[in-house]
Amino acid sequence: MKNFRVIVALSLLVFVPSIALSEALSREQIKGLDEQVQDIKKDVLAISAELSLLEEKLLFPSNTQVSLFVSVAKNSQFIPDAVQIKIDDKSIAHHIYSFKELGALQNGGVQRIYTGNLKSGEHKLELSVVGRQNNGESQVEKGTFSISKKVGAKLVEIHLGSTETSLIEIKER
Amino acid sequence: MIVSTTITTATALTEEKDLYFSEGLYYAYQENYFDAISRLDAELGQYHGLDEPELNSLHQYINHAEFSVGDFELYYRMHKRAGRAIKSVIEGNVDDVTRNGAAYRLAKIYHQKQQPKDALQTIEGIKGKVPEKIKYDLELLKAQIYISNKKYTEAISLLEDIESVYEVLGFAGYNLAIAYVGNNQTEKGILQLDKVGQIISNDKAVLAIKDKANLVLGYKLMENEKPEKAKQYFERIRLDGPFSNKALLGLGWASASSDNYKKALVPWTMLSKRKVTTASVQEVLSGLPFAYGKLEAHGQAAVLYGNALESYSRELDKLDASISSVRKGAFLKAVVREEFNKDKNWLVNLRDLPETPETHYLMHLLASNDFQESLKNYFDLVQLDRKVASWDGYLDSYSEIINKRKNYYAPLLPKIQDQFRSIDSRMNLRVAQKQRVSNRLDNMLIAPRPDYLATADERIILNKIFILENVLKSKKNTSYPKLQTRIDYLKGVINWNIETEYQDRFITTHNNFKLLNEGFENLNAIYRSFIRTRQAATQSYIGYDSIIRQLKIRIRNADEKIKLLLARQGYMLEKMAVNSLQTQRKRIEELQIKSRFALAESYDRAVKAQQKEELEKLKSPPTDKEGEVK
Repeated sequence: MKNFRVIVALSLLVFVPSIALSEALSREQIKGLDEQVQDIKKDVLAISAELSLLEEKLLFPSNTQVSLFVSVAKNSQFIPDAVQIKIDDKSIAHHIYSFKELGALQNGGVQRIYTGNLKSGEHKLELSVVGRQNNGESQVEKGTFSISKKVGAKLVEIHLGSTETSLIEIKER
Repeated sequence: MIVSTTITTATALTEEKDLYFSEGLYYAYQENYFDAISRLDAELGQYHGLDEPELNSLHQYINHAEFSVGDFELYYRMHKRAGRAIKSVIEGNVDDVTRNGAAYRLAKIYHQKQQPKDALQTIEGIKGKVPEKIKYDLELLKAQIYISNKKYTEAISLLEDIESVYEVLGFAGYNLAIAYVGNNQTEKGILQLDKVGQIISNDKAVLAIKDKANLVLGYKLMENEKPEKAKQYFERIRLDGPFSNKALLGLGWASASSDNYKKALVPWTMLSKRKVTTASVQEVLSGLPFAYGKLEAHGQAAVLYGNALESYSRELDKLDASISSVRKGAFLKAVVREEFNKDKNWLVNLRDLPETPETHYLMHLLASNDFQESLKNYFDLVQLDRKVASWDGYLDSYSEIINKRKNYYAPLLPKIQDQFRSIDSRMNLRVAQKQRVSNRLDNMLIAPRPDYLATADERIILNKIFILENVLKSKKNTSYPKLQTRIDYLKGVINWNIETEYQDRFITTHNNFKLLNEGFENLNAIYRSFIRTRQAATQSYIGYDSIIRQLKIRIRNADEKIKLLLARQGYMLEKMAVNSLQTQRKRIEELQIKSRFALAESYDRAVKAQQKEELEKLKSPPTDKEGEVK
């Protein structure tokens, strides 16, 4: 029984718990496998980036490409819950925000909500945003805008909550 | 921690953000690093392929973007030497605060992965300003890394300075004790542990390290055969803290070592009612009857040994079932469930997995860094496996789209091309003509040529006059002077008009030329639009075959590798789990054997005691109700 006490005392003094390491699994084995996992991550990431480029080139060539992004103003009192988007009376995207997604938007991240193709010319963009104010009061904001598609890829930023009077602001690029 | 770092990046951005870079941040803020890296990589690839990258909106953020992609790799645990993450952390052209924040995380990873030299090199490379939020954590980590590298003097010097700092209260002191012991200053180390053991705080983590300090001190004193002194340290430990089981066990042993078994019964009885899956409780199940035995309560001891044996037997059955379940893959299947990935407390929730009750036995293993890192790798591999599986389907769809486009455009394009060639040559001709007119007009600004601006009628008339003059000259007839005068008169009128109206005509011509230019611009726009459309049509199906073929090969290779690594990583995790379970099994078996012997002994003693009692009853004469001997 006394031996037991000594063992406990020694094990408590060990700085990093080493229970996971058994004789059968050496640190080198764990490290080696970890490095192989890192290598495959690198390979798959490279494939993913190439696939994204291929997808863009193939499905959304720049002369017809249109991308819509959603951002939230810094320190905005408005918290979006869901967004619905129509282009030329056709529903093209809707999204309900999770807690994590909201946090990402509020920290300055931008969500690409839609990528598609549009002909050159003027188009009608209709937005419907459901959300709430910081005080819990729910709010629905709708807006209709005109966007102009030219030769190059069209980027449209839907900026939410920049002012109290107009919750939706459109920035064309 | 992620939020604070990425906020640093975001606040550095001005209003005119690069949407694709910000999209990468959107995924990073959600801790979805795969998508963050992948999107940012694609954007950086496009940026570097541009002829004039300085015109791209990413240009003003390029240093941040290059740093962030490496930083995200660090979060995605891609910290391999000479990898992009390390390069970006060391060479990142960003402000000190951002870079040093990443270097801190890298050093922490190395430290956790028990790569002390790499950790030391990284942490010593931190120069300049550091994020205020991690200022003291950084000092603490540096000291821990010094300890791992046996640089105790440096660690002591650092820790003595921050020992009382609120942010690292308890942890700095505890590590200082370790550094003293490592530096052969055992007495100082013990005093330091005592100091940590008396910290006043409401913080759960600080209270836990306080308990740990007391526990270590208590057992250290037990080891030095000073049980009476050890008691006070065990008694300082909270009864609901993570070290309470070991404290109760130790307190019991401290009393038992002083032969005060009655006192040992109090903590041990309390401990024996706790969850039997913990080692301390299992230990006390045989410790408790051991104490009763010492108190000569052999019957009670025998009963409790019996209970302990039953309990050990049940736990051994559970462990056997668990080992078998782990080997069949149930454990891995349970831990990779989606909901665990989404929950930050997945590790805690693992305990409540209905299909895997053995996870209670694996709590120590689950809490170890090696196991957690391996498990995270396994999660990542599962995620990669799902992604790669879906990509093959994408490529098939792309091929289908390409074929459809080919079937549509291929017959059309040659005819369109023929028509285009004909229009193109006519257009070139007109462009050349326009250029000639333009040159002529330019020259007329320097050397006026009114004749160039004669109207069509004037030209016709002048031509007729010229013919008439020739006729007159050929007849050599001087009898028509009147005719010549009339011709000269007409010529004079026309030339007069041409000369006097020159300025007006020149302005009109210029205006007309401007209109012509506008027409040509429209024509060029249509021409360019046609070229783009034709190019887009061609590019919509030509040149993809080899890209898709190569990607398919790469995806297949990646898929094979992932499956192999998934199997190996899974095997490693199962092996860790089985080894841990077997170690605990072995320990319970030892307790079981000891308890069996002790039960037999207690039983013998109980029987002997009973026999003795009966014998003594027989020896002594019976008494009546009043107590008189009959």
